[in-house]
Amino acid sequence: MTVREVREKSINYRKKLLTYIKHANAGHTGGSLSCIDILNVLYNRILDVTPENFTNPNRDHYIQSKGHSVEALYVVLADKGFFPESDLNTLCRHGSHYVGHPTRKVNGVEHNTGALGHGLSFCVGLALAEKMDSMNHKVYTLLGDGELAEGSNWEALLTAAHYQLDNLIAIVDFNKLQITGWTKDVCATDPLEQKFCAFGWSVQHVDGHDIEALTEVLNSVPFEREKPSVIIAHTIKGKGVSFIENNHTWHHHVPTDAELVQAIQELDQALVQVIDNYTD
Amino acid sequence: MNQLESGKANLEVFSETLIDLAKKDKSIVVVTSDSRGSGKLVPFGEQLPDQMIEVGIAEQNLVGVAAGLAAAGKKVFAVSPACFLTARSLEQIKNDVCYSDHPVKLIGISAGVSYGALGTTHHSLHDIAALRAINNISIIAPADNFETRESIKLAVEMQHPVYIRFGKRAIEHVHKPDAVFKLGKAIIIREGDDVAFIAAGETVVQSLLAAQLLEQKGVSCRVVSVHTIKPLDGKAVIETAKKCRIMITVEEHLVYGGLGEACAAHLMQAGISLPFKVVGIRDEYTVTGSQLEIFKDYGMTAEKLSESAMQLLAHI
Repeated sequence: MTVREVREKSINYRKKLLTYIKHANAGHTGGSLSCIDILNVLYNRILDVTPENFTNPNRDHYIQSKGHSVEALYVVLADKGFFPESDLNTLCRHGSHYVGHPTRKVNGVEHNTGALGHGLSFCVGLALAEKMDSMNHKVYTLLGDGELAEGSNWEALLTAAHYQLDNLIAIVDFNKLQITGWTKDVCATDPLEQKFCAFGWSVQHVDGHDIEALTEVLNSVPFEREKPSVIIAHTIKGKGVSFIENNHTWHHHVPTDAELVQAIQELDQALVQVIDNYTD
Repeated sequence: MNQLESGKANLEVFSETLIDLAKKDKSIVVVTSDSRGSGKLVPFGEQLPDQMIEVGIAEQNLVGVAAGLAAAGKKVFAVSPACFLTARSLEQIKNDVCYSDHPVKLIGISAGVSYGALGTTHHSLHDIAALRAINNISIIAPADNFETRESIKLAVEMQHPVYIRFGKRAIEHVHKPDAVFKLGKAIIIREGDDVAFIAAGETVVQSLLAAQLLEQKGVSCRVVSVHTIKPLDGKAVIETAKKCRIMITVEEHLVYGGLGEACAAHLMQAGISLPFKVVGIRDEYTVTGSQLEIFKDYGMTAEKLSESAMQLLAHI
């Protein structure tokens, strides 16, 4: 898939997730917009996970530990053919499997998340099983930076390093905001790189909205043999919509009709720019 | 009093059974939280090092890692003291195991007041109540070596989560050689029609001994081992209530939310009423001592149970 196609997908995914959040009158808007480029690159360029091989354990694994950004995951899974996109019209509706956090009832989701601080331990288990069975697939998880205050993450970080799980890749959606405000004001996580290093992980930074940089860093894992890898993806919460960016009140705010129209207009303009800038 | 034949600690039987099974089935994996010694699993680690994962003193991680291994097709036993496993890791049990439906076998060692002398931090008197309130998990409290062995064999093949809790004291045999163990199917150990003892775990021994004491007073007792507390064998509870004059439930757990309240709710909703007593640990600052000393404090020894039965019968 070309850079232009992937970039177009990022913008279209943003339009879709905002539309479905509006339709459901619920959702995690800012976080979904901050991680959508990461999910785009993972599912369209990196992961060996398809609707065809999903029931086969001999494939890559992706666990979304920051489960609240489920709308980003759902629009990508729908685009990859895991389920009809029209299913998302039932998002958060009474009786729907498309609930406000990932569940295995939805094709393409392999672990139920939503309570924070759970995904990494689960991934350690998956990565250990891969090693035990001498399989070569990788296990990826997406963590929120606010989520890192959960102590269970640090238990899992220790175990991953202890077992030298170089098939495990954690990506931090480092948007620096959480529901209350700036993460540095709520409970500072800095210096993150040094903390991960001290826990025995190999660390790289990336612009979490740069498709090519994300592709390159994700293609270079593991960064070191016998060490788990962590990618600190510098992102902007609400990325792509001017009035949502870097505004913590949009953590789970639903756009009004007028806000949705404006957001779609901004994203359409961005789409035109992508088309103009790429001829491939 | 008649004597029951001595057995091993259920903990020991768990370990021996698991090693035997794991030698034949390489997909069996044990995850421990610096608990291999407490779980009698040092020989497992020596004989089958590739089938043991150690996460250190980190029970939340223990359960999360176990869920990941189970999702990848391993038959995973997450082994830790019941007190920590079902409190520290409760959210992991709820979400990563039960809600996500990964068939982890959670093994709560030294449950109830097995660690009686170590104080409240090490007692697990909440575990059955907590896990009964979580969807998609079976709860088993084996009474003796037979039930322990059978429950571990059963757990290996279970496709959904299960919690098994037992103690560390050598326990007497309560079953005849022809006993049959099935998930959710209570076992009638002794027949009688005056008093019904409905018991689970290591209080079954005390109930059976109480029945022997009461026999000497001309009182006949039915003793039922309800090894599976969830799903409860409601049919056996109702049938027993219809047959006997009084019912006493016995459990090594707080009197709230455990076997006794489960039976009471079942009987009430079936429209069945009889003199009924829930014997367990009262809601108070827990007494310290050995398991049997604490049993005595809370009326859970054979002598105290037979006294309770006589008092209840006297009021009919």
